[in-house]
Amino acid sequence: MTDVIAPPSVATEETATELTLPPQVPGHGIDEGHSGGHEDHGPSGILKWLTSTDHKVIGLSYMITSLVMFYLAGIMALLIRLQLSSPHSSLLTFGQFNQLFTMHGSLMLYLFAGPFAFGGLANFIVPLQIGAPDMAFPRLNALSYWLYLTGSITMMMGFLVAGGAASFGWVAYTPLASSTSSPGAGGDLWIMALALTGFSAIFTGVNLVGTIFYLRAPGMTMFRMPVFTWNMLVTGILILIAFPVLTSALIMLFCDRHFSTHIYTAVGCHLVSGAPYSGCGSPLLWQNLFWFFGHPEVYILALPFFGIVTEVLPVFSRKPVFGYKGMVFATMAIAALSTGVWAHHMFTTGAVLLPFFSLLSLLIAVPTGIKFFNWIGTMWHGQLQFSTAMLFSIGFLFAFLMGGVTGIMLAAPPLDFAVHDTYFVVAHFHQVLFGTAVMGGFAGLYYWYPKMFGRMLRENLGKWHFWLLFIGFWVTFMPQYIVGLLGMPRRVASYPSNLGWQSYNIVSTVGAFMIGVSFFILLVNFVVSWRNPIPAGDNPWDAHTLEWFTTSPPPHHNYTHLPPIRSERPTWDYNHPNDLTVPHGKTARLKKEKVPVG
Amino acid sequence: MDSSLTSPPHGTSASTTEIVPVRRPRRRRVGAGLVAAAFLLTGCQLPTFGEYKGSTTQARTEYHLWQGFFIAGLVVGVFVLMLITWAIVRYRRKSEEIPPQHQYHTLTEIIYTVVPILIVLVLFVFTVLAENKVTALESNPATSIHVYAFQWGWEFEYPNGVKVIGQTTNDPTMVVPTGETVRIRLDSYDVLHGFYVPEFNFSRYATPGYSTYFDLNVIHNGTYRGQCTQLCGLYHSLMFFNVKSVSPADYATWLRTELALAKAHPSSAPQLPSGVHAGGGTSSNSNAGGLPYGD
Amino acid sequence: MKIEALFLLFLGVFFGVVGLVYWFWSYEDAGGMMLLGTSLLGFVPGSYYMFWHRRMGKRLEDRDDASIAEGAGVINSFPGSSIWPFVLGMGAFLSVLALVFGMWLIFLGVPLILGAAAGVTAESRRGGHV
Repeated sequence: MTDVIAPPSVATEETATELTLPPQVPGHGIDEGHSGGHEDHGPSGILKWLTSTDHKVIGLSYMITSLVMFYLAGIMALLIRLQLSSPHSSLLTFGQFNQLFTMHGSLMLYLFAGPFAFGGLANFIVPLQIGAPDMAFPRLNALSYWLYLTGSITMMMGFLVAGGAASFGWVAYTPLASSTSSPGAGGDLWIMALALTGFSAIFTGVNLVGTIFYLRAPGMTMFRMPVFTWNMLVTGILILIAFPVLTSALIMLFCDRHFSTHIYTAVGCHLVSGAPYSGCGSPLLWQNLFWFFGHPEVYILALPFFGIVTEVLPVFSRKPVFGYKGMVFATMAIAALSTGVWAHHMFTTGAVLLPFFSLLSLLIAVPTGIKFFNWIGTMWHGQLQFSTAMLFSIGFLFAFLMGGVTGIMLAAPPLDFAVHDTYFVVAHFHQVLFGTAVMGGFAGLYYWYPKMFGRMLRENLGKWHFWLLFIGFWVTFMPQYIVGLLGMPRRVASYPSNLGWQSYNIVSTVGAFMIGVSFFILLVNFVVSWRNPIPAGDNPWDAHTLEWFTTSPPPHHNYTHLPPIRSERPTWDYNHPNDLTVPHGKTARLKKEKVPVG
Repeated sequence: MDSSLTSPPHGTSASTTEIVPVRRPRRRRVGAGLVAAAFLLTGCQLPTFGEYKGSTTQARTEYHLWQGFFIAGLVVGVFVLMLITWAIVRYRRKSEEIPPQHQYHTLTEIIYTVVPILIVLVLFVFTVLAENKVTALESNPATSIHVYAFQWGWEFEYPNGVKVIGQTTNDPTMVVPTGETVRIRLDSYDVLHGFYVPEFNFSRYATPGYSTYFDLNVIHNGTYRGQCTQLCGLYHSLMFFNVKSVSPADYATWLRTELALAKAHPSSAPQLPSGVHAGGGTSSNSNAGGLPYGD
Repeated sequence: MKIEALFLLFLGVFFGVVGLVYWFWSYEDAGGMMLLGTSLLGFVPGSYYMFWHRRMGKRLEDRDDASIAEGAGVINSFPGSSIWPFVLGMGAFLSVLALVFGMWLIFLGVPLILGAAAGVTAESRRGGHV
């Protein structure tokens, strides 16, 4: 890529759509000046979607694709739940069941939650929030999307080849993922899909970090960035830490499958001699590499959604985010710790240093707790308005609280020994990931939809969506904790009928279908808002951050003028000059200080 | 933990009328005053919170830790839940007035940073103590059993050469002596498997090429169901086994009988399925139904 | 650029410490190596940013009091639209499919990748659109 970023005020050689900022009255009003008087926005129609390098178009492409993946994975989840509603169901064969849960996990984790957050929402919102005209590397950004789309297609192609899609679980533990245990093109397509989306994620990570480091508007210092942007910066760096490990591990796995290497296989090394094996590959190496990617990946999936919630709660509480700096440092601490806890997924291998990973895993509870109390502090003494976005954010708080508490339990190796690979763990990570990626993600969708399309989603339909989803969420996953404690392993296509597991599974299936219905309502909401638009205006929520200063949807290079940036919520400061954030240090007695109302 | 092992066998229901084992007070007291610690000390009078009480001494240790974690989690969770609920109920928007725009409150922030750190450290200390007991290997186990997992069954090999093999359709049973230390050496012939007995509150991966060891001290005679927990291919969900715990005398008798039987009828000795090669790493048969795919 | 640099340097220090603790506690190769790599991922760009911070001083976006008007001028040039990322993506797609379905696909994939590379270079030199 040839887009060299020059510091502000330094002209570059290229002349294509330069964004210039002519001097004007300090404070506001900056015209988007273009050297020809007009700006070429590129072709329109289908060619626009193929050729656009605009971060907003790419962000929307990402979001639409990832939502398609979300719905597909959701349908798979419903099939899985149907199969499990009776002990020996003949709905699916064992082979089909294994394919379905593998693809459900892979689609949700690799193709929905991550790309929806850092490819979709972040792509659209981060440049707007820092006052940038585009991402730092627009063509690289477009390439990211095409790699992601083709990766998604590659993964889905698994269902079309002989032998079916990959069926070794989304973690692809070796040696099950080897060519002898899982032959067929499905596994290879899975590997290649992740290689493509892995590179896509790496490019997006580079782009996010580059954009945030180099394209902020004047006055937008690091500690004035909105928390969502902060979280995306940290996510970008986590991507750069984690995804290269995954990609290289996948290449080695492919070599094991096709080029007769023995990186992850121990071929008859030790069972004969009885001595510790040497000179051959190690199945445990895959787990080490995979989880070194996999645990940061969990936070790559969580941090963006923490950021979304941190945007939504203050806006609908009409207060600044409580403990802004604590929030930022907590994000960094979570990210840092998350890279040192990979082997807590491997406690039951009997081959890892238990206290080290246990301590670091438990410590993640501390910054997460700080975030929780900051969210509560943000609502405290606020004026809460329960819009759909706010409801989803509060739903996130409840869901993540439950997932977090059970996460602390699983951080203790003895407890992990007891419930590892049972439905207890399934319930735990669904509450965490569903809580973040779905509750948080759709909070973001409802919140930013007006900015993206200039029209509102219907609030009443949104509330139906939320309540069905929220109730369905608890009905689905709470029984899974119980049945997990009773000893039901995960990834089983059938289970003994004499153990009393069926009733819990039926309840769980009912809940899953409630969730399914709730997402049908979301589709209806899209259609209604498309058919009968309600114009949103530039700032329907009286929001805080810079993206609400521009029009909805934003113009080609985002801003024609910018407000002065003197805090992390310039739009609020501009609209409410008498209600600026009370400076640090004057906050000891919350109730007695009354700020004059403008 | 050092509870005397007098309580009746496992039960899934949280019965409060069961005989309560007598417990000596713990020697190490860390973080006195913390609810979690206080409850941990009296762990045995508490409900089971859904988990098995544990049929081995190791499982009992785990079970007490579970109770402590559950209560700590319950207290913290309910506290946070109440804070959220209070905020939602109390601060509903009642007017268009703009509330005070405060952002920091240093003392509160310090408190909610330091207190979680303390809670976590206390939990960590208890975790390490429990984990050392659960993973401890006794120097002279009474008996040791070599467990091999394969697609999709188990082989139990006893020190005198007796072998028990079973797969999907006939679950094998591992006979162990009650009240004695049983050393398990766990291996796999093909892919990863998970040796999991719910009532032992314990699972361990069987990894090809990497032996792991752990001890079991089963408390009461009985039969406990076990199952593979780690996805291992097509018939993963049918990979059951049983652990049958009998008195040491019965165990010795059983071993002798089996040995005599095996010697008398060598042809009827249990065999591994043809696809599984002892000593082979990954050379298992492929998933049925997978079409050969060349490149 | 100081905060950016410190942010990355902190990453390097943190993973350096964690890596050392981990290595001398477990002597486990894979994790030790990865933590070392992560530490370098902090130190290398962090020192680069620190170097530029020393040379450049505070940029407008690093100054608390910078006004929007001070930022007048060209920020950067952004390509309006380009077909080449799409072509490159399709080339990559066909190339990885070649590894699965047969090497003949590589004869479709690699030309697309090379063509896209040439195209994007020419586009940048020309400074125009598609």
